[in-house]
Amino acid sequence: MEITVTINGTAHTADVEPRTLLVQFIRENVGLTGTNIGCDTSSCGACSIHLDGEAAKSCTILAVQADGAAVTTIEGMAAADGTLHPMQAAFMENHGLQCGYCTPGMVMAATSLLAENPSPTEEEVRIGLEGNLCRCTGYHNIVKAVMACAES
Amino acid sequence: MIPAAFDYVRASSAEEAIALLGQHGDEAKLLAGGHSLVPLMKLRLAQPSVLVDIGRVNDLSYVRDAGDHIAIGALTRHMDVENSPVLAEHVPLLAHAASHVGDPQVRHRGTIGGSLAHADPASDLPATTLALGATYVAQGPNGTREIAAADFYQGYLTSTLEADELLTEIRVPKMNGAGWSFQKFNRRAQDWAIVGVAAWRRGTESGVGLVNMGSVPVLAGAVSAAIASGADVADAAALAADDADPQADLNASVEYRQHLARVLTGRALSAASA
Ligand SMILES: Cc1cc2nc3c(=O)[nH]c(=O)nc-3n(C[C@H](O)[C@H](O)[C@H](O)COP(=O)(O)OP(=O)(O)OC[C@H]3O[C@@H](n4cnc5c(N)ncnc54)[C@H](O)[C@@H]3O)c2cc1C
Ligand code: FES
Ligand code: FES
Repeated sequence: MEITVTINGTAHTADVEPRTLLVQFIRENVGLTGTNIGCDTSSCGACSIHLDGEAAKSCTILAVQADGAAVTTIEGMAAADGTLHPMQAAFMENHGLQCGYCTPGMVMAATSLLAENPSPTEEEVRIGLEGNLCRCTGYHNIVKAVMACAES
Repeated sequence: MIPAAFDYVRASSAEEAIALLGQHGDEAKLLAGGHSLVPLMKLRLAQPSVLVDIGRVNDLSYVRDAGDHIAIGALTRHMDVENSPVLAEHVPLLAHAASHVGDPQVRHRGTIGGSLAHADPASDLPATTLALGATYVAQGPNGTREIAAADFYQGYLTSTLEADELLTEIRVPKMNGAGWSFQKFNRRAQDWAIVGVAAWRRGTESGVGLVNMGSVPVLAGAVSAAIASGADVADAAALAADDADPQADLNASVEYRQHLARVLTGRALSAASA
């Protein structure tokens, strides 16, 4: 089936099998590999992207469901000149990553969270990121980074 | 993990979805948010040969004040149930329960209709709508019918919906100021409930729904009967497991589930009675 998905502002049209997952489409068809696959069972949030502005787990969405939609991936967060998105900068400044595997998903979930709740409490940040797991268990600094980004 | 191959068709209205279901027979399945079905398909526990996507039937996404009840379109997402000012005012228990479903990413995609139609006893909204005395509206080739939540659940992942019917609306009576509480006991953030309790109370009237206490969501009728006859919360809550037939799994034995149901019902009713 032919679908068109706008990813980071660029329309991508492709003929895909209906069973193609959105994460597969992003990584394999479009070649953007910043979106990671962690669990592949909807639990870890590593594959989080923005679908029409809201965080979603791209391993649990069929590419055909995103036909006509706008997707933002981690590659679409920094400015064209390479200036980091404030959330990315906050993760860097607060040591919000160790191995970095969960980081793209964390950044996408955290920016979606702040779009819905611009001044969250620390507890709201922790609850808001409950769909994202960090195997390095750097949660403390991740939460610190999101709080710092919200305050700036 | 990739699902087995299937054909994909998109419906733009309830009528079109019903026609497509009729055309493709038992092998077809509706796809709403996909947050129960797609994981099952990836594990190959479900292998429908046709998916009828109703995710774009936007006129089935709404929350409306309908006088004595609130009408919720089946395609309304968990996030929109959670944040609905109409529900916050008239059915706060349901809005709050929706905020406990999975995580924000799941709530951005999953729908109330999908959650109820999936008929998973471990899900939060079936037991909550049961406690609230909700009515579900199903539409099929011969028109619509109303199904009381209490008659809807037939067995594990099985409801009274016919293969060519879809849920279109959920009607939930207004709570009219009743006290309420939702207790979800799990071990990790984002997890499903090991046991959950949705309860409301207005004087001697009450409703108590149990999550994950058997093959279907359970209405704890014995508890409400006790409250109606003047029992105090502790005595009523002691009956919480009487209507349930829980199973053991990796998380909990039968006895532990029964214990949780009593303790959580006690907590919920105390909060709802305050
Ligand atoms: C990581 C994760 C965590 C979760 N945690 C929880 C939790 O804690 N508590 C909880 O309650 N749920 C939880 N869920 C499930 C979530 O609530 C699902 O969104 C919901 O169960 C299904 O809704 P859906 O719209 O995604 O349905 P789908 O997956 O699209 O469909 C589910 C089933 O219902 C049928 N169906 C869908 N819509 C209709 C309709 N209108 N009429 C008739 N049949 C229909 C489909 O054919 C399918 O069989 C979780 C899911 C995930 C992925
Ligand atoms: S890979 Fe999608 S949630 Fe883990
Ligand atoms: S930084 Fe390693 S998984 Fe989170």
